[in-house]
Amino acid sequence: MSSPIRLSKAIVVGASSGVGEAIARRLAESGAQVAIVARRQSELARVIQCAPNLIKHFVHDVTEFDSVPGLFEQIASELDGVDTLVYAAGIMPDCAEGEYSFAKDHATIATNLLGAMAWMNVAAARFEAGRAGTIIGISSIAGERGRRGFPGYCTSKAALTTYLESLRNRCSRYGVNVVTIKPGFVDTAMTRGKKGLFWLVSADKVAKRTLALAKRGSSACAFVPSRWALVAAIVRALPSFLFKRLNF
Amino acid sequence: MSATWASSLRTGASLRVLDGFGRSVLSACRYVAPRSTEELMETLARAKSEELTVAFRGSGRSYGDAAMNERGLVVDTTRLNRVLRWEPGQGILEAEAGLTIEGLWRRTIEDGYWPAVVPGTMHPTLGGCVAMNIHGKNNFRVGPFGDHVLGLDLLTAGGDLISCSREENPDVFHAVIGGLGLLGAVVRVRLKLKQVKSGRLRVLAVTARSMDETFDLFEALLPKSDYVVGWTDCFARRGNLGRSALHAAKYFEAGEDPDAQDSLHVEKQGLPASIFGLPKGGLWKLMRPFTNAPGMAFINALRFHTAHLASGSTYVQSHVAFAFLLDYVPNWRLAYGPGGLIQYQIFVPHGGARECFHDVLTLCQRHRQVPYLGVMKRHRPDAYLLSHALDGWSMAMDFRVTRRNRARLWALTQVLTERVLDAGGKFYFAKDAVLRPNDVDRAYGRARLDQFNALKQKLDPANLFASDLTRRAFG
Repeated sequence: MSSPIRLSKAIVVGASSGVGEAIARRLAESGAQVAIVARRQSELARVIQCAPNLIKHFVHDVTEFDSVPGLFEQIASELDGVDTLVYAAGIMPDCAEGEYSFAKDHATIATNLLGAMAWMNVAAARFEAGRAGTIIGISSIAGERGRRGFPGYCTSKAALTTYLESLRNRCSRYGVNVVTIKPGFVDTAMTRGKKGLFWLVSADKVAKRTLALAKRGSSACAFVPSRWALVAAIVRALPSFLFKRLNF
Repeated sequence: MSATWASSLRTGASLRVLDGFGRSVLSACRYVAPRSTEELMETLARAKSEELTVAFRGSGRSYGDAAMNERGLVVDTTRLNRVLRWEPGQGILEAEAGLTIEGLWRRTIEDGYWPAVVPGTMHPTLGGCVAMNIHGKNNFRVGPFGDHVLGLDLLTAGGDLISCSREENPDVFHAVIGGLGLLGAVVRVRLKLKQVKSGRLRVLAVTARSMDETFDLFEALLPKSDYVVGWTDCFARRGNLGRSALHAAKYFEAGEDPDAQDSLHVEKQGLPASIFGLPKGGLWKLMRPFTNAPGMAFINALRFHTAHLASGSTYVQSHVAFAFLLDYVPNWRLAYGPGGLIQYQIFVPHGGARECFHDVLTLCQRHRQVPYLGVMKRHRPDAYLLSHALDGWSMAMDFRVTRRNRARLWALTQVLTERVLDAGGKFYFAKDAVLRPNDVDRAYGRARLDQFNALKQKLDPANLFASDLTRRAFG
């Protein structure tokens, strides 16, 4: 199962901004055919400017789970195959002190987790049958512990990380490369205006590192930048009696 | 209906990665397993309205892509497996198409009936046996599976139920048998079974040291046997090319077997619980280190020489032990490793068979892609529209597939296919993963294919029924 990793026909879901957009741009620059998928037509049109010949765009709301298999097949036939799926769609609604909103939790899980499952199920089945392919999930360091600030978001990312791990354990033996990326703070619309950020990196830097890890083909699960691994280790080791007193 | 695909089949049916039995071809397919004929009818209607194609899958025993349907829907029929009627007095059984050969013989053996035709494994379903018109080691004497089907009910794409037999809708009957599931769903099969006086067979084992000897001995055995099969050592070269161990079996007549009554009990029809003293469950793992060219050359030689030492011996074997050799080692196909295998079975008219088999084995050896297993049988023609049978011989060959040899192996099969077609030969879709439309045209003849397509047009004008195989081999 040691054939070189090809990232030449890619679907990038959630490509209208942030890490998804940066990955789509980098893939197109490397000569890959890229199908970008997102909710906002205007943003898609902006991204497509950078490589109009290589990028096709598809308007799709990831919470419309039913349309995923059909759209996947449509893209696969337009690109004459798919060898890479990147799932970068994600939302992080504000959660004020004292606010308890099921609506926000629901939307977060639907976008960050269920949408990923809808796309990854189709991709994993096809890639397993083809004995090749790469699935990249953009999770987050936020999934390491349940922080008090973003319960829905942390939960969605913890679940996504676990889901990707299961997927890796299911299909890496069939030549499918499943990559989990857990960025720290990234300078995107999602983090703009938030307080207490440090080690902020650009979305493009995350994209560069993500694609480098994916090309290794070793089904990586990695923090980006890697120094966040140290933070994660400390945060995971914090006993609950301390953790619950922190505002982190 | 199951809630998992309440929305629609296209979006809601779960995906399954399905393989052919040889594990060398795979597809991700939408997959449903209806629990009743009514659910099956509803499934077909929904698939049709959503413009999804449908392929049927029984036990998944076809070696290639016959029971796979990428982008379409695969309908698993194994839950539709009821025995509907069994008349021991006449040996007539009626069942749903998902019943397996195993389910069949277990039901009938104690009444003294055995399926007239069985494949080398007991797992295929009746629906699969009909769709492929499978054959056994007794094809030369009793014809294919279809010859023992008295009638069947076909559920068409339009939702109609058509009864067919040799008297009623005979054109449909002769096309559905061997029709690859392309004309509709077989929902009910009526079979005539073979009455047996004993649960056992008398088996004669002999060896032949060359291709000519194999053919001569095989022909000499035919008139006095009910079953004959040859295991050819495909690695043997030059003067030994085509050397084989032959097994010929004969039914006991009434009164010949002192243990006749006892041997008809289900528990007397077991497969050996262990082989060479080893438990069977993990045996494929022990075969794994030998599943390469030198290992299999050694095993084939060893098997031939052991058989040669005992050549001429006779013994008594249960029907199950004689018929279902492929079931001796569970999961044996895993021994071939991640790339799996292809089985490639050629049918060659009597006159040219010796020379053709000789050339085929020589070509395999020259290309350094020698089949690990070769199985030889004698056949006779039959009356079905898409028949693979002819008055001649078949050789089934198992080739190991790896990432490295795959392209070369497919190229070799093209060379072999040309040789077989030049000899007027045919192929068998249950064992096929390599044929292309042009090969199929030449093997089956344009006229027959047109006749089949005309019937398909009539029964399934929207092309609801299709599979990976039909797209590959029929274009």
